[in-house]
Amino acid sequence: MGDGYTSDEMMTVAAARRLADGDVCMVGIGLPSLAANLARRLHAPACVLVYESGTIGSKPWVPPLSIGDGELADTADTVVPVPEIFNDWLQAGRIDVGFLGAAQIDRHARLNTTVIGPYEAPEVRLPGAGGAPEIASSARRVIVVLRHSRRAFVDRLDFVTSVPGRGPTAVITDLGVLEAGSTDGELELVSVHPGVAIDAVRAATGWDLRISATVPVTPAPTTLELDTLRAFTA
Amino acid sequence: MSRIYPSFAAQDCVLMAKLTTLADAVADLVHDGDLVALEGFTHLIPFAAGHEIIRQGRRRLTLARMTPDVVYDQLIGMGCAERLIFSWGGNPGVGSLHRLRDAVEHDWPVPLALEEHSHAGMANRYVAGAAGLPMAVLRGYTGTDLGRVTASVATVTCPFTGEELTAVAALNPDVTVVHAQQADRRGNVAVWGITGVQRQAVLAARRSLVTVEELVDVLAPRPGGFVLPGWAITAVAEVPGGAHPSYASGYSVRDNDFYRAWDAISRDRDRFTAWMAEHVVG
Repeated sequence: MGDGYTSDEMMTVAAARRLADGDVCMVGIGLPSLAANLARRLHAPACVLVYESGTIGSKPWVPPLSIGDGELADTADTVVPVPEIFNDWLQAGRIDVGFLGAAQIDRHARLNTTVIGPYEAPEVRLPGAGGAPEIASSARRVIVVLRHSRRAFVDRLDFVTSVPGRGPTAVITDLGVLEAGSTDGELELVSVHPGVAIDAVRAATGWDLRISATVPVTPAPTTLELDTLRAFTA
Repeated sequence: MSRIYPSFAAQDCVLMAKLTTLADAVADLVHDGDLVALEGFTHLIPFAAGHEIIRQGRRRLTLARMTPDVVYDQLIGMGCAERLIFSWGGNPGVGSLHRLRDAVEHDWPVPLALEEHSHAGMANRYVAGAAGLPMAVLRGYTGTDLGRVTASVATVTCPFTGEELTAVAALNPDVTVVHAQQADRRGNVAVWGITGVQRQAVLAARRSLVTVEELVDVLAPRPGGFVLPGWAITAVAEVPGGAHPSYASGYSVRDNDFYRAWDAISRDRDRFTAWMAEHVVG
């Protein structure tokens, strides 16, 4: 974007802003983990980070590579067995925010992390479901973070791995922010990042994208947000 | 009615796990065609045991694990497996498992059938297996294609509320292998840190092998940890560093540089084969 930050940094900052202080947040590794940790270092210090490996209340000093890095266990309030994290904490409704990535997403924010191409003869075999199906259906709200392209934002998923179910869903990309509409759950563009035209978002979306009546420009990352993100990832 | 659940009939019952070597334990417990679970959730992955299975040339294995990572990539790439039961198969934070993908996408070195679940489903399959139940019940898989491609997922109606719920079939491995921090001389095993689904995976299995960092005289209490009694385990082998490049909390840290390096090593069939010959088989 040429304004001293990258589109990935804008995406991570925009995702972090969606978390409120005190949210109990179940995070996947990569961009979701980065955004949740950024939020915890900025406006949401009481945000509780929960990882699938069973760590509850992790406070990592460095970005974890895996969801089971020792850093996550050593800094946690408690570590519980994996069946318990899914049954007693996620399924029973103790997670406010599910924070997910995906390879493909459709207009209803359904996610594919399983295969590209036919299931029986895939062009690309992706890692699979992991915790996502139940995180998507059991968390009170869902935030999806992924880069915007026609390969990712598709009219028809090659495989339905996860379906957000319980509450509001937001999708944060490197171009803007989409939210699932309250009437029929179809995603609509609700903001664009600085320097991004609405038509560019349309062009990067594989269906006829619904555009909100007003589409404000996402506030650019502040110096504090950027410094904090870069210090964490340095 | 037959029980698929492991039998602890009196004639089988030993009051302590057999303390043995890794090579002998794998020779005794892991057979061609077995359903084998090498469990471990990022932490305590039994790499050394997986390498011994490769060295002993096991074939036609069904491999089960929630999070098959590099050691399953190695087993698959070396042609040990014909089937994988799993919920997430990747190199965490790095990307694809290239040997897994090559087997699924191109049948190399042999075709690999998949049976896939979500993490919640796999965890509950072990829970049911450990409890001696035929299935577990959860809220999951709703609206997904997983139930369409995976036969061990079904729906059931709650007899008390009428709610439609998801059922997953119990998973009872022929043999489960896990790595732990310590065992005492009677084969009682102490595990702490991220304990994953290892306790249930061991109890669900007909036979079990635990590799440990260290044999000690007395197991100290550890917050958040658990002890598996020696009589509930078939064999214990001392294998210091047996989780590397995974780790054992209190003994080692995860070798994230190796996990990153694996991406390039495993991308190419020849480089992978040469690496395995030099570092595992040789």
